[in-house]
Amino acid sequence: MSLVLNPQEQAIAVGEDGAGMAMRIVAESARLLGAPRLIPIASAHIDGALYHGDSGTLFAERLVEGGARVAVRSTLNVGALDLTGCSRIRLEEPQRGMARRMMEAYRKLGCEQSWTCAPYQAGHRPAQGSDVAWGESNAVVFCNSVLGARTNRYGDFLDIACAITGRAPDYGLHRPENRRARLVFDVSGLSASFLASEIAWPVLGSLYGREVGNSIGVVTGIASHPGEDALKAFGAAAASSGAVGLFHIAGVTPEAPDVETILAGPEPEAEAVIRVTPEMVAKARAALSTAAAAKTIDAVAIGSPHLSQAEFDMLERLIAGRRLAVPIYACTGRHVLASLELDDCRNRLEASGVIIIADTCVVVTPIMPELSDGVLMTNSGKFAHYAPGNTGYAVLYASLADCVESAIAGTPRFTDIAP
Amino acid sequence: MSAAEILVPGKAGEGEALVLTAPISFWGGVDPKTGRIADVRHPQHGEIISSRVLFLPGTIGSSSASAVLMELVHNGRAPAALVLREPDAILLLGLIVAREMGWETPMAVRLAHGAFDAYRGSTVKVADDGAVGVAA
Repeated sequence: MSLVLNPQEQAIAVGEDGAGMAMRIVAESARLLGAPRLIPIASAHIDGALYHGDSGTLFAERLVEGGARVAVRSTLNVGALDLTGCSRIRLEEPQRGMARRMMEAYRKLGCEQSWTCAPYQAGHRPAQGSDVAWGESNAVVFCNSVLGARTNRYGDFLDIACAITGRAPDYGLHRPENRRARLVFDVSGLSASFLASEIAWPVLGSLYGREVGNSIGVVTGIASHPGEDALKAFGAAAASSGAVGLFHIAGVTPEAPDVETILAGPEPEAEAVIRVTPEMVAKARAALSTAAAAKTIDAVAIGSPHLSQAEFDMLERLIAGRRLAVPIYACTGRHVLASLELDDCRNRLEASGVIIIADTCVVVTPIMPELSDGVLMTNSGKFAHYAPGNTGYAVLYASLADCVESAIAGTPRFTDIAP
Repeated sequence: MSAAEILVPGKAGEGEALVLTAPISFWGGVDPKTGRIADVRHPQHGEIISSRVLFLPGTIGSSSASAVLMELVHNGRAPAALVLREPDAILLLGLIVAREMGWETPMAVRLAHGAFDAYRGSTVKVADDGAVGVAA
């Protein structure tokens, strides 16, 4: 079936202006995907405003010059600069100027200055069943899985084109029949103490992503809702190690009240059940570290996805006023920054040696000092995945409590939790 | 000569074949300034994709692949042509947007994966009609 545009869409697509350009980009993508039509969207989350080179800046400025404006609510993912002035970004000119121009162009297009990879914790929560066009892999997976809104993984440029046209290709996860689970990821063989621990979710997410790739699974064996920050960590890790856009957890996520409802067939095939063993979890946990033998650490990085207020509260409790030997880079959005400043939490954390970063994070732009053999500790499955390639630091994976104790000691401290 | 479906129209191209033996993530995997494969775990690590006819078994990873491909086009470091097994909407968006910007882009065509190996080591031509063949 080939793509058919309605008369209004056709009229926009022949325009020489920014809206015409956006409509042609959406339509071309729809043709490539084999979508029969475009559908209206309720909102967008734009990942395209992170500077990768001058061409992206020129594209955004072309849209601005063409008078384009977003037609739906559009939040912005991280940029390459910290516009709040919280932290010092080492990006040099002329890249710095081009990155700033890019951020400015997206503001002029009418996007909200949210600058966060956790828009769903900054008040952008589309209704269950609504169609949206979101970018940034962790935001996509949270939006689909935890909120039950419908989005594909929108790449750079298509996200803003959808936001301007208010349209998206009718394809993939927008269609209810493509949202059902094809396999079961059973964690009932793991210890209750492990499942209740903070590291359970990022470690399981990393394993899940590697096991399921781009197919859709349902996690079984979870007794109660683990909390939103745990689901955030699971989805981010899964979307880093695999091409996961949607997961279900039986009894927890909105489209999976139970296993039967969400499975595509009456019974999953035997080979479509992954029984997670303690050995698999131990291996997945070990694979998150690339510097297992490190004797010292140079930094701790947390906040991928961006930290919530609750995660900052836990950080402050764990530090308990002590002084850090190596810095903890704590990445967050400006939506949290405001409340951190209200109760003086920011000053207390910074006095301990925490470096708060807003609007961006340590793996997308140069922030941490350049070290040839640096070691970074993190509790984020996503940071563990991207830090070696993007920062040059080797990585040690640990719980937040262990990260804090290690930052105070300057040497790795681990508490063992048997899976 | 193999008939191939044109995925994204562009300039016909000719160049030494580079047949990748594993899927690649363009973001973090290909240097947008030099066209060099930067992913140390990729079997073709160190090869330059610029001006080559690039045979891609698939792409993985970040949705910013489109930004990297468009940056390669803008820097004059794009492949001479792209040959894919399946349409890749995220990667090819880089060409779609570059065309909208009025920049000259290479053609992207679709070819059965089994046909890739025959071109290894040859100079390959992708013609105006999308046909893929060894250059005379």
